Amino acid sequence: MGIEMLRTRNHLVLAIATVWFASLFSGRIDAAEQTVLQAQAQRVEVVQKVAATVVAIFSADGGGGGSGVLISPDGYALSNFHVTSACGDFMKCGLNDGRLYDAVIVGIDPTGDVALVKLLGRDDFPCATLGDSDKLSVGDWTYAMGNPFLLATDFQPTVTAGIVSGIHRYQYPAGTFLEYTDCIQVDTSINPGNSGGPLFNAAGELVGINGRISVEKRGRVNVGAGYSISINQIKHFMDHLKGGHVVDHATLGATVRTGSDRQVVVDSILDLSAAYRRGLREDDEIVSFAGRPVGSVNQFKNILGIYPKGWSLPITFRRDGKKQDIIVELRALHRDSELKPKDAPKGKPKPPPDELHKGAKLPKEELPAEYKKLFVKKTGYANYYFNQQEQQRVLHGLEPLQSWRDVTGRWKLTGKTGQGEDFVMTLTDKGLGLQLPLRPGLQPLEGADFIDEPAGTGGLLAAMYQFKQLITKGTGAFTEFTYVGSLPLDGRGPMVDVLLTKKGGVESLWFFRKTDGQFVGFNSKLGSDVDPCEIRFLDFGMYSGKRFPSRFVVRHADVDFATFDVLTLEVLTSEPDKKPDANGN
Amino acid sequence: MHCLLRTRLFRVCLIGIVTVLNTAAWGQSSVESIAAVAPKVVKIFGAGGGAKLHAYGSGFLVSANGHIVTVSSHILDGDTVNVVLHDGRRFPGKVLGVEPPLDMAVLKIEAEGLPHFDLAEAVAAAPGTRVLAFSNAFKVATGDEQVTVMHGVISAKTTLAARRGAFESPYTGQVYVVDAVTNNSGAAGGVLTTWDGRLLGMIGKELRNAQTNTWLNYVMPISELKETITQIVTGDFSSKKRPDDEESPGKPRPRRYESLDFGIITIPDVLNRTPAYIDRILPGSQAEKVGLRPNDLILFVGDNLVQSCKLLKEDLGRLEANDTVKLVVRRGDTLVSVELVAPRKAE
Repeated sequence: MGIEMLRTRNHLVLAIATVWFASLFSGRIDAAEQTVLQAQAQRVEVVQKVAATVVAIFSADGGGGGSGVLISPDGYALSNFHVTSACGDFMKCGLNDGRLYDAVIVGIDPTGDVALVKLLGRDDFPCATLGDSDKLSVGDWTYAMGNPFLLATDFQPTVTAGIVSGIHRYQYPAGTFLEYTDCIQVDTSINPGNSGGPLFNAAGELVGINGRISVEKRGRVNVGAGYSISINQIKHFMDHLKGGHVVDHATLGATVRTGSDRQVVVDSILDLSAAYRRGLREDDEIVSFAGRPVGSVNQFKNILGIYPKGWSLPITFRRDGKKQDIIVELRALHRDSELKPKDAPKGKPKPPPDELHKGAKLPKEELPAEYKKLFVKKTGYANYYFNQQEQQRVLHGLEPLQSWRDVTGRWKLTGKTGQGEDFVMTLTDKGLGLQLPLRPGLQPLEGADFIDEPAGTGGLLAAMYQFKQLITKGTGAFTEFTYVGSLPLDGRGPMVDVLLTKKGGVESLWFFRKTDGQFVGFNSKLGSDVDPCEIRFLDFGMYSGKRFPSRFVVRHADVDFATFDVLTLEVLTSEPDKKPDANGN
Repeated sequence: MHCLLRTRLFRVCLIGIVTVLNTAAWGQSSVESIAAVAPKVVKIFGAGGGAKLHAYGSGFLVSANGHIVTVSSHILDGDTVNVVLHDGRRFPGKVLGVEPPLDMAVLKIEAEGLPHFDLAEAVAAAPGTRVLAFSNAFKVATGDEQVTVMHGVISAKTTLAARRGAFESPYTGQVYVVDAVTNNSGAAGGVLTTWDGRLLGMIGKELRNAQTNTWLNYVMPISELKETITQIVTGDFSSKKRPDDEESPGKPRPRRYESLDFGIITIPDVLNRTPAYIDRILPGSQAEKVGLRPNDLILFVGDNLVQSCKLLKEDLGRLEANDTVKLVVRRGDTLVSVELVAPRKAE
């Protein structure tokens, strides 16, 4: 046999070459298998980890429903509005531990098809990490999880995997609301019952809430095009939702069209809008919006659609070849009456009820009394209870000013402006005055309307009156008081929590920095569709043992009026029997 | 930490297996190949609109100066066809040529320096290959928005056995069958590529089997289209083949069975749903032998209820040679059942 093998050299060479080549080849296969196995192990690990955060949502009687995902240990979970609207104020939520939890509605976004609910009974719920959906690329792997077709009676979520098919997609409104802007398109299989469930990226971070699929000829099942609301959009609305609101989206007060050279130009503009007041006019070209370039009408709608009303955003526009930068406050997209929760989609849009009822048969049981108090009905709110909670949280920011409580009477502030002028500001119960060379102001109280005094401030004295009311009498001094949500201060500043008060036609927004709760300023405006007087605290000082803003800037309609340095603050609790005059006496 | 892991994984991929198994690594990024391919796919807008006839489609560039391959469809029937490129530029398209048997058309726009596929670099792939599909399905993308990308696997490479009545498709050549729902509204004319972005074929139209109500996602390999594309582009083209021309050389198609093959002549099909009454029976025919008579109303072909002459024609058209088929006819107040055998016949 040995002789046979050695008979020709060629054969030997060939044999060696073959063995060598085969070993090389199998080595490569091994490497490939290793890679595949590693990738698979990683995938399994990610899926197992996030599966615990996926929620199966049912109405209290076991009908209706869809999916959701936990985002905080104390039980906040995201879903679709079109899922929770079919479930009522209290619902049942199943997790993959096999247990069923009670949950209460917190806030809803009928336009964006988002709902926030709170699972009850634990403060250590497993929760998903929020990712950055703007970092997704077409081709990235994603997992959709949830309870499609209600297959999982033990609440073990179904997992489907696919790729991102498109980003920054715009999907026209379906019915009255439910506009999907700037959404993520995936070929990951999303089916009836998946609604409200999470879309995870490959790392298991929550990047979207699945809510919509393209269907046409083949019935209500996935045909490779599903749409997920971006988590970055939801982040903008998160605090509004936590505030128990029926949140609203925004309009610029202007419509746009594609111009002759594919640029996006202002088609029409409402002259009551902030955009108009900041100088935007018909035929101006929108170059960028909220820091993103605008190349099409869809892109413009995409950007607009991801922000709540009341946010201020930078816009760059071009007119006659010249670029201008402005910051514009967005108007509400709907009237309050249009957003009544019960007006939303009729019936149970997705999944069909017959499929749902076969999923879960829930015992009819009475809701525990301690949960019942977690829902407070009030017009304009999904659940006013949560607004009350947020009010209390944010009002902690007023505690450093607590010593002003009930300190009524006549306050006299003196100091210098940034331009070196001496000023005297007098705040009494009968009126307010500002003594300032060339720019004095007088605001009578007791029956008088609030006016723009000093002229060009948007009502500085009226604003100071609101401030005095807040710190001496608290929120009870106002006819309306609510927690709004959060926004970036002045369009570019830090995120602030916002409280809103109304009294006597004056609406004020009070800003508290999100990071530390500090009271950083407020806006007061004398009517709707006018620019507010903006007061921003730059520093605080102590005056006779009481904390008060020692330095603040006053701004109106993008123009700084003055910076005030408060040197003395006198409080005359015995009210003198005269109104102040413009001389501050 | 996570980044590190990914980098290492990627390196392992590179060293290990790129040539052996390009389809293996799940974690491997296709983002770059997508970014390279997507600009070569265009959105096409033309005639149509309404519930059933969408007015949008897809196509792909095969030359730097604006030759676009797409499917032959009603979208091209109007006076104007608009082509929107990946960067949002919009051009009127001119139909250079249409080849009905391939269900394919070539358009031309007046532009230069465009990203395009080189047909010479198109590849073929076997079942099991992971693929990407690019199209403007459902018109999700407008302007400069990127077309839709889906992923899938080639399930089969086969001949599209489109049969009249069951599958209505003018194209009956080789196809890739894909496990993803690639063939949606507006997706026809898009492309199928390998995971690393090499051109495999053109996505076909939506194709439904009327009998089973199933949909087939098929893709026409470039090898089937290449010669004709080149001919149209170079101006050296005349369509020799017609979809109904069954004598066409190279692709013989069997003639379908009709009632006459069994010696049955039905009443003239003049109504929308003309009942399938037998008008005459040819002497010496199979129909005569099994006892069918004029004025018999054909009710069933096999298990299928036949409500019209049209449906009768469709059902008989699906028979293959030597198939045995049961016919149920109503004669007066009785039902009569007979069996016929599809005769072998010359192609």
